[in-house]
Amino acid sequence: MDLNYSAEELAFRDEVRAWLRANLPADLREKGERYAHLSRDDLLRWHKILARQGWVAPAWPKEWGGTGWNVVQRYIFEEELGFAGAPPLIPFGLTMCAPVLLRFGTEAQKKRFLPRIYHGEDFWCQGYSEPGSGSDLASLKTKALRQGDHYVVNGQKIWTTLGHYADWIFCLVRTDPGVAKRQEGISFLLIDMKTPGITVRPLILMDGAHEVNEVFFDEVKVPAENLVHEEGKGWTVAKYLLGYERMNTGRIGESKRQLARLKEYAAHMKEDVRFRDRLSRLEIELTALEITNLRFLDRMRRTGQPPGADVSMLKIKGTEIQQGLTELMMEATDPAASDELAQAIRKRYLNMRKTTIYAGSNEIQRNIIAKMTLGL
Amino acid sequence: MNFDYNEEQQLLADSVRRYMGKAYDFESRKKIVAGEGWSAQVWAQFAEMGLTGLVVPAEQGGFGGGAVDLMGVMEAFGEALVVEPYVPTVLAARLVARAGSAAQKQAILPAVAEGRTKLALAHTEKGARYRLESVHTSFSQGKITGQKPAVIGAPIADKVVVSAHGPDGIGLYLVERAHAKAKAWRTIDERLAADLAFQDAPAEKLQAGLDLVEEAFDFGAALACAEAVGAMKFACDATLEYLKTRKQFGVPIGTFQALQHRIVDLYIEHEQAKSMACLACSKMDQAADARERARAVSSAKIKIADAARRISQESVQLHGGMGMSEELKVSHTFRRLTALATEFGDADTHLGRFASL
Repeated sequence: MDLNYSAEELAFRDEVRAWLRANLPADLREKGERYAHLSRDDLLRWHKILARQGWVAPAWPKEWGGTGWNVVQRYIFEEELGFAGAPPLIPFGLTMCAPVLLRFGTEAQKKRFLPRIYHGEDFWCQGYSEPGSGSDLASLKTKALRQGDHYVVNGQKIWTTLGHYADWIFCLVRTDPGVAKRQEGISFLLIDMKTPGITVRPLILMDGAHEVNEVFFDEVKVPAENLVHEEGKGWTVAKYLLGYERMNTGRIGESKRQLARLKEYAAHMKEDVRFRDRLSRLEIELTALEITNLRFLDRMRRTGQPPGADVSMLKIKGTEIQQGLTELMMEATDPAASDELAQAIRKRYLNMRKTTIYAGSNEIQRNIIAKMTLGL
Repeated sequence: MNFDYNEEQQLLADSVRRYMGKAYDFESRKKIVAGEGWSAQVWAQFAEMGLTGLVVPAEQGGFGGGAVDLMGVMEAFGEALVVEPYVPTVLAARLVARAGSAAQKQAILPAVAEGRTKLALAHTEKGARYRLESVHTSFSQGKITGQKPAVIGAPIADKVVVSAHGPDGIGLYLVERAHAKAKAWRTIDERLAADLAFQDAPAEKLQAGLDLVEEAFDFGAALACAEAVGAMKFACDATLEYLKTRKQFGVPIGTFQALQHRIVDLYIEHEQAKSMACLACSKMDQAADARERARAVSSAKIKIADAARRISQESVQLHGGMGMSEELKVSHTFRRLTALATEFGDADTHLGRFASL
């Protein structure tokens, strides 16, 4: 047992770190430090810098631009991105749509979409949730009926993150309302956001930010070639995506950076034992999660098995820690302060409540562990 | 980076686990507890498997092992709720190996490795709680006088490593157990303990001060972490099994989501605790300095103390009335985890130390 990185792994980390120091634009980093809003241009600028370096999609197969790094190198890379304070890479194209296309897409679909995802030419969003279908995703109602070489889509999606930036949306739609088993009537469809009949309406969250949207589909014509996998097999695709290797689920690098930030920011609270102990416990929970994540990675590297329900645990713990950090950060803020940073910290506390709800609520993650790992 | 035991460590852990399954099941353990509180036969088997010599240097017939070498053993002991006072012998033997003269090492350590000699460590005093520097026992002119309560394993120990104030501050001394007046009792988790009273007891000096006591307590804490992880594993598995078999309202109670989410949280706590036990044991062996070691051990002990409380309490709660019953091993696991949560420093003590480092 050796919890330290090997010399090669350390050299790799240093290479990534040095590159980030030289190539992460100061203004983007600084926006992150202020917890300021990142525009579409900000996100794409960073995406393209990484794409030029060949590092934007490390997990993809090499022929499509992957780096060929092993799981530990990929983990190190993602953690370094977080630790450096880089803007987030929007996952909808890179780590959600692309793996689906790689697994289920036709050659033509791969050639058409993957290079554009890689180079940040298309901004993607995800069309899963509906007003009546949150955790119970299979109850979704948005209809896509085949008419000749098209599907005609009618319905509504909700909580569509960055839908107002998006060029494309991948959707779960109901292509066969008649089947007895509701999962079997669902298909996975790629839809151009510029298609007539699509309306995007902002949903403002409690921090006042515009991140998510409602997307309405009114007689939207989608070419049948945009269907991924077979008609009626959308649930298989969705399940594959759930189990797909998402090794940054715990967002440990980002949390480590926020922890360092919090310690500096809350230096004046050092003598407050009550605050100090809460901070210590959170730091220890983060240390434990980092080791847990590495243990899972190590096992994956040895057995070649995908992570499965482990990812659910990383999501639960990772998001609880992220929320804990924003909460302590807010509490360390002088209650009398109204400067820009103090206000941003308070809003961040409001905003981060989303993390235990999105991407499969933590309750759903517990259901997954109960069923898949514990056999309940 | 690698989280595996090496081949030897894995083989040892497997053979200990096999032995526990065969000779230390819950019924066998009950008999030991109802009798003398330890088994000479079991101890002889520990020696046979090389456990009593694990930390003894090779020159004295041992394996010169560290905390990671002991980790798998302690996990297996935790699962089986071993009551034999193994850790006190390990800690005292390490102190002799580090601070003893050549003659002292030769006189004691081969016998420990062979299972002929058992040791205890007598440091903590009444009212000291977890403050290691609080020592009133004194040493002068080759003799020790003072009180050392709650010394684990003391009723059956041959020799005791005792801390006392000597001419150079706090030091460690070797004393024959027979030279102390001993009042034996059982701890809350059914282990042998004794209050020792020394009155001008002949003592041999070891070359050790408070820093070595602190190191020994860190080693003990790291082992307690590994042992607790094994006990937590049993508590989680037994509770899961109960949820799957116990029926109420016509269905297994494990079909209730309120209970499913609670047991999921216990398994998560167990994984997190295991990660911290790995950290504590590996830093015990590999830390660059005392500060790094202490930080790792304190952080691990905090996590393990919290997880031990939560898992032990929830495992009893989810078993319902049966969880309270002495008949079930889970109630004994509760007792063990309760003790391990505070052994070698409770969460508050380690939070204080963690913040000071």
